[in-house]
Amino acid sequence: MSMEEKQNSQTSQDFNQNIFKPTSREEIVEIVKTCYRKNIPLEINGLKSKNKIGRNFQSEKTLDLSNYKGIIDYKPEELYIKVKAGTPLKEIIEELNKNNQQLAFEPNDFGYLFSGESKSGSMGGVVSCNFAGSRRFKVGSVRDHILGFQGINGKGETIKSGGTVVKNVTGYDLSKLVSGSFGTLMILTELSIKVLPKPETSKTLIIKNPHLKKALNFLGKALSSSTDPSGGVFYPDYFGKDFVLNDLSHDGGLTAIRIEGPTNSVDQRLNRLSKELDLLDQELSILDNEQSNIFWSRTKNLEVFKKLEINLLRIVLPISETLQVIQKLKSYDIKYFIDWGGNLIWAAFETLNAKILNDIKDTVKKHQGYITLIKVEEDLKASADIFTIDPIKYKISEKIKRSFDPKRIFNPGKMYTGI
Amino acid sequence: MSSLQMPKVDEVVMSKKDKIVSDIKEIINSKNVLHHLDELRPFETDALTAYRKMPLVVVMPETVDEVSKILKYCNENKVKVVPRGAGTGLSGGSLPLEDCVLMAMGKFNKITEIDYENRCVVTQPCVTNLAITHAVQDKGFYYAPDPSSQIACSIGGNVAENSGGVHSLKYGATTNNLLGIEVVLMDGTITRFGGKAMDAEGYDFLGLMTGSEGLLGVITEVTVKILKSPEVVKAALIGFPTIEDAGNCVAEIIAKGCIPAGCEIMDKALTKATNDYSKAGYPTDAEAIMIIEFDGTEHEVESYIQKVKEIAEKNNSSSYKENKTKEERLKFWAGRKAAFPACGVLAPDYMCMDGSIPRGKLAEVLNEITRLSKKYNLPVANAFHAGDGNLHPLIMFDANDKESLRKCEEFGADILKYCVKVGGALTGEHGVGIEKRELMCEAFNDKDIQQQLTIKVALDPNSLLNPGKVYPILRKCAEEGRVHVHGGKTKFPDIPRF
Repeated sequence: MSMEEKQNSQTSQDFNQNIFKPTSREEIVEIVKTCYRKNIPLEINGLKSKNKIGRNFQSEKTLDLSNYKGIIDYKPEELYIKVKAGTPLKEIIEELNKNNQQLAFEPNDFGYLFSGESKSGSMGGVVSCNFAGSRRFKVGSVRDHILGFQGINGKGETIKSGGTVVKNVTGYDLSKLVSGSFGTLMILTELSIKVLPKPETSKTLIIKNPHLKKALNFLGKALSSSTDPSGGVFYPDYFGKDFVLNDLSHDGGLTAIRIEGPTNSVDQRLNRLSKELDLLDQELSILDNEQSNIFWSRTKNLEVFKKLEINLLRIVLPISETLQVIQKLKSYDIKYFIDWGGNLIWAAFETLNAKILNDIKDTVKKHQGYITLIKVEEDLKASADIFTIDPIKYKISEKIKRSFDPKRIFNPGKMYTGI
Repeated sequence: MSSLQMPKVDEVVMSKKDKIVSDIKEIINSKNVLHHLDELRPFETDALTAYRKMPLVVVMPETVDEVSKILKYCNENKVKVVPRGAGTGLSGGSLPLEDCVLMAMGKFNKITEIDYENRCVVTQPCVTNLAITHAVQDKGFYYAPDPSSQIACSIGGNVAENSGGVHSLKYGATTNNLLGIEVVLMDGTITRFGGKAMDAEGYDFLGLMTGSEGLLGVITEVTVKILKSPEVVKAALIGFPTIEDAGNCVAEIIAKGCIPAGCEIMDKALTKATNDYSKAGYPTDAEAIMIIEFDGTEHEVESYIQKVKEIAEKNNSSSYKENKTKEERLKFWAGRKAAFPACGVLAPDYMCMDGSIPRGKLAEVLNEITRLSKKYNLPVANAFHAGDGNLHPLIMFDANDKESLRKCEEFGADILKYCVKVGGALTGEHGVGIEKRELMCEAFNDKDIQQQLTIKVALDPNSLLNPGKVYPILRKCAEEGRVHVHGGKTKFPDIPRF
């Protein structure tokens, strides 16, 4: 422990510093109680891999949970791992690898986008943001994998909810509520996460195809088939060269569909799928296990947007609407790819201002979807809504916020003004 | 069992019954307002039939607007409201209060939209769980969560209870298969949480409402995702010389990466009862039997079944049988489905418990249940959703003998406390309702419960929506009743119970 960290951990003696780096729950409780008493807003950070997502807000002090880390309990046979919130995701994944297990929700690694290299953050951060990767449509989101948690509310009280068993309907499901709340309700301290065995084999059907309409048709058919895909993306022409994998001589647009499971079943399903999609041999290529894993890792890590200087939006909508929305977005200078089997668009805009943003928001709303601003210029960030909300939900959110954090000391304004 | 304390009856409301009835008749069609004693009788209980209470009035709204106006009226006039779906809940979540308006959602019984392109169904809340599958099965789709009461239970009730089923381990419970709801809050606000797009932004109110047991809002529309039916389903019936062997076998199967669609274990007492009752043909020499089912494509299922066979042998299985025909597979399950009625033959009454435990603690918990059975001198039979650790001990007793009933209730509470002690939960799928309300303090401390109550207060400041459910009124761990079946008769004897 460095001198600075040592000083920082002695919060009980010294409240004058601006950044707290607690190592125990008791210290966090004490910090929160003091902030509650003195009305001091706190910015809550894990490993800061996603802290640029969300609104800018003023806070007097920062609570850095990077030293509050460690695996508390891992029971592979019970399919759960219990960790302290600041535990690096990397460490958890390494531990799970030893038992051939995984976090099935494939959390996005935003490090490539924001800093050009892998930075997957902490488990607390993953839960707080609730961004799930390509398997979303099959296995659910991050929140579907949270079995229980312990956290500290805005009064400094330690609260628990759920447990470590899969089936549990005892009381309100607060695990869902804290997932995706961007640290505005509670400081998460411990998380019990469902883990699952890694599939024996993962293979990917690559369809060489530059056309969006055709791609959505492939994805729709695949996801409605009994071949049970676990990933479905479309990369337009300009990203083709980023995926010169395997024997792929093709570097144009591509549709990729992942099939996972026991090896012989994967081969059978891939065969079936290519027949169901009426594919000719020259149109397709199959990525083997290793190549397939590289492909989907690059996808979840948004590597095509590595060191992106421009604006990135995340647009979620029903697949039936995706084609029309993209056609409208094409009137702007954009680069995009489609994930979640057609339900998610990652779109980077060469130019983005408040007017364009409002137009896009209107369009997406009309098509039953929503937009999250992932990376935008500071000027726009200061003026635009990062998250979308209607007045009724705002009112309800305000009440819920108060029920956890009555003095609004946790990440105030991070999601919405006044919350 | 009727001594459970409920919220204080509001005498002012009771005295204004006629006015409340006539006011509500101004809001909705008067034929949808029931207030005569004989009309109220069918609504006096749900499937936890040990508790009964006549409501003040029953309203059966037909539109969201009517639901909103009634709730707003009740909120302004401080009248309690208890929502009710199909009334098949096992924990008393829809038990009326004397001074309540019972909001029966039965007229919300239509499927609104089947959207194959987005693989979802939009439906009114009182459509039954199974009706959703029936509506889409001709195109090869189905709705995955399958509570055993699925022929009768409503999808709105499933959302309120976060119902699971035999296939929850692989496909999740209601919360994992839900895309959106329309809900009316106690002040009459109509809003939507989620929709056809996944993971709506902001606080996850969809997740909060799911399993909130009718305390936070009345659900008026539900959007669920549907899945393509698996091509092949195959099951194996396996006997084990000890419960430990069966428990270890399940743990190893799952740890090896084979996630079954369903996995049930029954102990010898239940196997014997079932064989006697339904000629299920289960191995009689086994201390425990397991029914395990896989679904998917042909090679996938074969590959898993093969692994299971090897793992079972390694764990000393005494018999092993795979189904060759669909009929044979259904016969494996038929015995399991008849297990509860089979217990009805063994004793005048039985109480069905619903605890959830870590899979690895199965043998320990069953040994404890055996010890308690001796201590209380009451026989017990055990059924277990082994894949996800959901235990259903059936305690046999005689309700006409007060001492027997008291012992049974104490026995039941001891089991649930032990489930919590080994790291499990009070309820895996039946909900807390009134049944396990007083045991909440076993699972949560004051602060935990207080935090949950502040959410309730935030959305329903006067605590008018389904009060007295889930959270203890007095902080005491009273040992109250479970699912109580007299003479083999439940309220819905034709509904299979797992």
